[in-house]
Amino acid sequence: MTAAILVSIFMTLAAAATPILLAALGELVTEKAGVLNLGVEGMMLCGAVAGFAVAYSTGSVALGLIAATLAGVAAAMIFALLTLGLGSNQVATGLALTIFGIGASSLIGAGFVGRTITRLGPLFPADYAAHPWLRLVFGHDAIVYLSLALVLAVGLFLRRTRAGLILRAVGENADSAHAIGYRVLAIRTAATAFGGALAGLGGAYFSLALTPMWADRLTAGRGWIALALVVFAAWKPGRLLIGAYLFGAVATFELQAKAAGWSFVAPEVLAMTPYLATIVVLTMMSLGRRTGGRDAPACLGKPFPAQ
Amino acid sequence: MSTIITRRTLLAGAAATSVLPLTGARAQAPFGVGFVYVGPVGDHGWTWTHDQGRKAVEAAYGNKVKTSFIENVAEGPDAARAIRQLAQAGDKLIFTTSFGFMNPTIQVAKQFPKVFFEHATGYQRAENVATYNARFYEGRAVIGTIAGHMSKSGQAGYIASFPIPEVVMGINAFHLAAKKVNPNFKTKVIWASTWYDPAKEADAAKALIDQGCDIITQHTDSAAALQAAEQRGVYAFGQASDMKAFAPKAHLSAIVDDWSGYYVKRVKEAMDGSWKSGDVWGGIKDGMVKLAPYNDAVSPAARAAADELQKGIVSGTIHPFTGELKDQKGTLRLKAGETATDEVLSKMDWYVDGVQA
Repeated sequence: MTAAILVSIFMTLAAAATPILLAALGELVTEKAGVLNLGVEGMMLCGAVAGFAVAYSTGSVALGLIAATLAGVAAAMIFALLTLGLGSNQVATGLALTIFGIGASSLIGAGFVGRTITRLGPLFPADYAAHPWLRLVFGHDAIVYLSLALVLAVGLFLRRTRAGLILRAVGENADSAHAIGYRVLAIRTAATAFGGALAGLGGAYFSLALTPMWADRLTAGRGWIALALVVFAAWKPGRLLIGAYLFGAVATFELQAKAAGWSFVAPEVLAMTPYLATIVVLTMMSLGRRTGGRDAPACLGKPFPAQ
Repeated sequence: MSTIITRRTLLAGAAATSVLPLTGARAQAPFGVGFVYVGPVGDHGWTWTHDQGRKAVEAAYGNKVKTSFIENVAEGPDAARAIRQLAQAGDKLIFTTSFGFMNPTIQVAKQFPKVFFEHATGYQRAENVATYNARFYEGRAVIGTIAGHMSKSGQAGYIASFPIPEVVMGINAFHLAAKKVNPNFKTKVIWASTWYDPAKEADAAKALIDQGCDIITQHTDSAAALQAAEQRGVYAFGQASDMKAFAPKAHLSAIVDDWSGYYVKRVKEAMDGSWKSGDVWGGIKDGMVKLAPYNDAVSPAARAAADELQKGIVSGTIHPFTGELKDQKGTLRLKAGETATDEVLSKMDWYVDGVQA
């Protein structure tokens, strides 16, 4: 296996990991504030279709990315209005949001089926990435770098800033946070909006970078993987990064092994690997922690004020 | 007139109210025709081509028919509910358009003996259940011929869904045709284990290109693999519909499904009472399988060979599966000069030499 192939595999891996990383990072912040939004898949699809529609109509991928972010926020605000404003059940509303996102994106996207755009290209000029190893560093598109920067930013925000501390307090004990005067619902709404923005951006990564087209259910269930990843990472941004790239690596390895003709493993077994790996990791995590689930924010999914 | 029922509204139980009215005892009630799709109509692939057929039925008969469809129906027992839904809503002819709908179709057909059913790509029939399919392997042989001529590395990547006979025969037909041009030709298969997952299809194409394939073809439903081929500067073929718009340079041709003629004909037969169960397997000759216009990049030699093969298939002088043919284990499958019967084709579970599956 030559260096060029290895580099190419890593590029595929990073591209596969990025949308999941973005969506999961947004959901992590939402959940840290105590809101469980299962509508990630729906918000990603809203972002994917809005991004494609705007990029196709205006010819600008950058505008598409902005539109996708806003569409994700809009979808998240529907969720916030229902769960935070009207006190509806978060699990049911999140599932409904996914169903809504699938339908709405299909409706909006109907006129864009069969169209394509120029995909989001590498951020740096080609000369930077002339050598295969340099491609590892300079060969990615802007969103890959942005996602890595956001992991760092979210990590610092949650651990090192006062605002991050308040957000975590709202997620751990909403009543206490309320008692000392923090506006629980406003903070939760903001966290939900951030989650929607990143989910929308992650969705747009499909329609603008990975597969520059619109087709129904373009994200094909990645939103659910993002949700699982948050649990896998135990609500820690650093582990989220590792988890997303691990998922990308396992998925890419599966395809590379098949292409290379490693016939000693049945294709069905290879197809199982990403999911097997998830089960193994989750099992190991719960075995290693007798108290089980202590990493989750204590008020996750609980309405405020309590009903 | 048409009614769109999504999987979701069906689950929510709302579908009943959205389809039930209009039909019933009215004398001039339009003839109900239902379609059950495995994917979204917006896939621009398999399901999209069936929906084009549905639209052709509407265009042909206008207000005399009322078509409706349910999309994104999971294969397996769950499909029975979707099929029953259409039958209960008063549809008189129901097309179920995926292999995995076979048993549910037969099951529901028993409960509705007066409704006609048409199941695509299956082999189980009944008094009121007909089957139909297209000879896609003929199209596969044509693109295999082009691949044999156009590949410099002598390696093609094939993104496949599931190892059912339909897919296996496509792989073999493609490979045999390419091998006729280049005896050392290799076809590398990746089983995506899905009919539809654009990002995974694109990644599979990239993996195959990394491994030296300079031709990409697919038996999955989206255009994502073509886009990956375009990005990496290799050639590819469209699947189910002309996908040139997605990959102007990479798209050499495409196997185009055309169900319109069959659907229009069968709906007419069902309306005038002459509908009979049977098995139709149409190919290039019947217009059910078509080839999209060749890309300018296709060499004159490749064009000539592909055209000649098409002519031979239409006139019946060439069959893509002609002996002597051995499978990978060396078992003789077809004697010298023998052509594969439909029976052999529809049960194919072996690969010819040179296929890496």
